[in-house]
Amino acid sequence: MSKIAGRFRQLAEQGRKALIPYVVAGDPTLDATVPLMHRLVAAGADIIELGVPFSDPMAEGPVIQVAHERALAHGTSLRDALALVTEFRRDDSTTPLLLMGYTNPVERMGFAAFADAAAEAGVDALLTVDLPPEEVGLVNLELQRVGMDNIFLVAPTTPQQRIGRITGEASGFVYYVSLKGVTGAGNLDLDAVSAGVAAIRESTELPVAVGFGIKDAASARAVAAIADGVVVGSALVDCVAQAIACGGDQGSAIDAAGDLLQEIRQGIDSIAS
Amino acid sequence: MDEEMTSDTKDGVFAAVPDENGRFGEYGGKFVSETLMSALAELETVYRELAEDPAFQHEIDQDLAHYVGRPSPLYEASRWSDEVGGARIFLKREDLNHTGAHKINNCIGQALLARHMGKKRIIAETGAGQHGVATATIAARLGLECQVFMGEEDVRRQALNVYRMKLLGAQVIPVTSGSRTLKDAMNEAMRDWVTNVDDTFYIIGTVAGPHPYPMLVRDFQCVIGREARAQSLAQAGRLPDALVACVGGGSNAIGLFHPFLKDSDVAMYGVEAGGHGVATSQHAAPLTAGTPGVLHGNRTYLMQDDDGQIMHTHSVSAGLDYPGVGPEHSWLKDIGRVEYVVADDDEALRAFHTLTRVEGIMPALETSHALAYAEKLAASMSSEQMIIVNLSGRGDKDIHTVAQIDGIEF
Repeated sequence: MSKIAGRFRQLAEQGRKALIPYVVAGDPTLDATVPLMHRLVAAGADIIELGVPFSDPMAEGPVIQVAHERALAHGTSLRDALALVTEFRRDDSTTPLLLMGYTNPVERMGFAAFADAAAEAGVDALLTVDLPPEEVGLVNLELQRVGMDNIFLVAPTTPQQRIGRITGEASGFVYYVSLKGVTGAGNLDLDAVSAGVAAIRESTELPVAVGFGIKDAASARAVAAIADGVVVGSALVDCVAQAIACGGDQGSAIDAAGDLLQEIRQGIDSIAS
Repeated sequence: MDEEMTSDTKDGVFAAVPDENGRFGEYGGKFVSETLMSALAELETVYRELAEDPAFQHEIDQDLAHYVGRPSPLYEASRWSDEVGGARIFLKREDLNHTGAHKINNCIGQALLARHMGKKRIIAETGAGQHGVATATIAARLGLECQVFMGEEDVRRQALNVYRMKLLGAQVIPVTSGSRTLKDAMNEAMRDWVTNVDDTFYIIGTVAGPHPYPMLVRDFQCVIGREARAQSLAQAGRLPDALVACVGGGSNAIGLFHPFLKDSDVAMYGVEAGGHGVATSQHAAPLTAGTPGVLHGNRTYLMQDDDGQIMHTHSVSAGLDYPGVGPEHSWLKDIGRVEYVVADDDEALRAFHTLTRVEGIMPALETSHALAYAEKLAASMSSEQMIIVNLSGRGDKDIHTVAQIDGIEF
C-alpha cells in the first residue's frame, strides 16, 4: 500500500479527515520551504502538497501566481524542489508528500528521469494540472514503475461517464476541484461540492479530497463533512506573503502559516466522527 | 505499406491530421486542466457538425464576401520584383481585409460558432492587438459582449489598437503577470474561460492552444490558400514555385500553406522572428532554435530553458513575440514539408521600408519578416519562377514603432 493510501486508511479508522496544505517550493525563499513544511506537519498536516514553480501557471489565481513568480525569481527549478524533498525527508520519513505542478518541467527533465529522481528523493505522488487522462499514458507507466501515485483532478464540469475514465487512471486519492475557476477563487458552493463528491464515489473507492476556495476553519470544516480530505493552498501562501509584507522575518511568517493551519485543523476535527 | 505514394495518398497524410486525439504526429493534444475538458469536447462536436452544414458555411461565406471583402487580391509586385531581381513576387493581399489583417477570417468563423452554441460573451487574447481588434469588431457586428486580455507591456506598445478596441465596445484587460506579453494574455484568457466556461466562448487567435483550436483556426484560415491557389492558376497559368509567410503562432502561414501541401513541387518557407539574432536569447524563433515541450494546451516547439521554464522572447513585432508555435507547424517541420527560417529585426525593418517605398504598400512588421526572406529567396531564383508571399497585415498600427526606431517623435 502506498504511503498516501496508508495515511487515508489510518485516518478513516480514526474517523478523521485529511488536511493537505499546499505551499510552493522556493517561496518565499529556498531556505524557508523545508522549515515551513515541518511547521505545517506539526500544525496537523496529514499530507504535504509541494508546488513546483512554473513560468505559466494557467490554473492558478493571483496569490499562487505571484508565489510562483517569487520562487522563479531566485531560480527554483524542479531539481531544486526535489532537493527540498530530500532535505525534508531527513527529519520526516512518514508524512506523505505530493508534488503538484505543470507538465513541461517534468517532460523537460524526462518522465523516466523524473520518476527515478522523485522516488529517490521521497516523493509519494504527482499531480500534473495540465495532464488529463488522455495525455497521461507515458507518465503513468513511469510513476507505476517506481511505485508513485498519480493524482487526478475531477471538476464540476466533468460528466459522470468521464469520471470513471479518470478514476481508472488514478491512485492514492481523487482531487475534486470545488469550483469553476482558478485556485483561491471565492465562489464555494457546498451543495454542488456535495453532489460532485457523491458522483466520484459512484465510480471509485479511492478517497476524495476537495480543494480550491477553502480558506479558513469554517470552510474547511464544512468541506470535511462532505469529503475525505481538504486541500488548503492560497490562504496559506497568502498568509506567509502578508507576514513578510508587514515586515515580519521568515521565522514569524512560518509561524503565522502554522497557526492558520492549526486553526483549520481544529475546525476539521470539530466535526462529529 | 508498399503502395506507391500517389498524390491522393499524400493528400490523405495532410488531411488526416489532427487525429481524433488532436495530434499532429507527436504534437498538439489537449494539455489543459480538467475543468476545460468537457468544454473542448463540446466545441469539437459542434464544430464537426457545423463544418458539414452547408447553411453554416454559407453564413461564413456571406460574411467573408460582404463584410471582410473577400476574395483578397493576388497582386504581382513587379516593381519590387525588378528591384530584387530573380523570381516574380506575388502578394496575397490579406492587408486589404476589413480590420487590416488575416485575423478576421478566423474571428468570423469562431464568433458564428459562439452564436450557434448560445454563448453571449466572448473573450480573446491579443499581442499586437490585431486579433483583439478583429474579435472586438465581430463582437460589435453580432452584438456579443467582448473582453480582450492584453499584456501590460503590449498595451503600452500598441496604444492605438487598445483605443480601437474600446471604440468597438470591447473591454481591454491589461495582464500584469509573468512577462506581461502575449503568452501571459493567453494564460489569463484561459483562467477567465475556466471561471466562466458556461456562458463564455474563447476565440483563440492563432493555430495554437488545445485541440480542437489548431484544427478549426486552420480550417477558417485556409480560405487564404484556396483563393491564392485558384488565383495563381487563373493569373499566372500555373502554381507558384514557393510560398512565404511569417510565423508567430502561425495562423496566416498555415492558412496559405495548407491548401498547397499536396502540391509537392511548391516549396514553403515559414519565417520566424529572429529578433536580435538567434545566436542571442533575444528572439522568438522556437522552430529554428527551440525544443519540443508543452505550453497553452499543446505539445509543440517552445523557447524554454533547461528547467522547462518558458523563456522571454523578443521581436520588434508584437504579433510574433510568442515563445511557442502552432503544433501543425512543428509536425510540418519534422516531416520536412515546410522549411522554417528567420529574419531578424533589422531585416524586417528594411523590408518594411522597401515595400512601402517601391510598391506603396505599407506592411505590418510581422509581415515584413516574410518579405525580408522573400527578397533573399527571389534573388536566388530565376525570372521564370514565381513566389507568393502572404501579405498578412497592413502596417498602420506599427508607424509609431517604426518612427521611434528611426528617431522621430510626433
